[in-house]
Amino acid sequence: MWSWVGHRITGVVIFIFLLVHVLDTSLVRVSPEAYTAVIGAYKNPIMGLGEAALVAAIVFHAFNGLRVIAVDFWKKGPKYQRQMLWAVLGLWAVTMIPFLIRHLTIVFSNLGGN
Amino acid sequence: MSADSIAAPRSNSAQSPKYKRNKASHSSFEMIAWLFMRLSGVVLIVLIFGHLFVNLMVGEGIHAIDFGFVAGKWSDPFWQIWDLAMLWLAMLHGSNGVRTIINDYADRDGTRMTLKAVLYVASAVIIVLGTLVIFTFDPCPAGAVIDLPSFCTVP
Repeated sequence: MWSWVGHRITGVVIFIFLLVHVLDTSLVRVSPEAYTAVIGAYKNPIMGLGEAALVAAIVFHAFNGLRVIAVDFWKKGPKYQRQMLWAVLGLWAVTMIPFLIRHLTIVFSNLGGN
Repeated sequence: MSADSIAAPRSNSAQSPKYKRNKASHSSFEMIAWLFMRLSGVVLIVLIFGHLFVNLMVGEGIHAIDFGFVAGKWSDPFWQIWDLAMLWLAMLHGSNGVRTIINDYADRDGTRMTLKAVLYVASAVIIVLGTLVIFTFDPCPAGAVIDLPSFCTVP
């Protein structure tokens, strides 16, 4: 139940980001100055934390999506769906910890850089 | 017996006029959409995890991203195809997901149709725009001076 709610919410959040992300990347077609100016506005700690939250949503949606596939296609999937949710949360933590260390180091070490 | 008989649940009878099943559809669209979500999902994990690793984890991470970074990637057909596949699969996967959510929560026919029309127009615009940008992109635009990739011959 809660994994289903989480899957929906993270899905909508990722989709809205995707719409904005295609629009901002499309600025490369306007001019290098326009693109670099808008991307530069993203390079601050608040947006850095936002990126971390976005990646957290993506990684959960990805691993829980694999769990949904296992429930649908694996004969024993429905029986082990609860254990697989714990596996999803474990893999999510294992993926997020190195990601956060690396990404937040970059975000908070080069303040004002570029 | 007749007095005790229980109507079939959710039957389209006079006793349950509110519940109307849609007429059986012989289209396999919903089954294909269901299958597409699972297949595209697996491919998207590879594409997006690769995208995030190359853009955020390698080198200077997000600080390296500027016009020259994008130009450098899209001068290589490998990344053009990668990003094109990611654009189409992610937009179709996301649009179908939001379509499902609209179908679940928008009860009134008019609301549902309006929301889905907005969704389909927005998705089509983004897919066409993104595709055009990937294929009409010029990494060394005339007159530009900042952040150009190193292979551009600056006048």
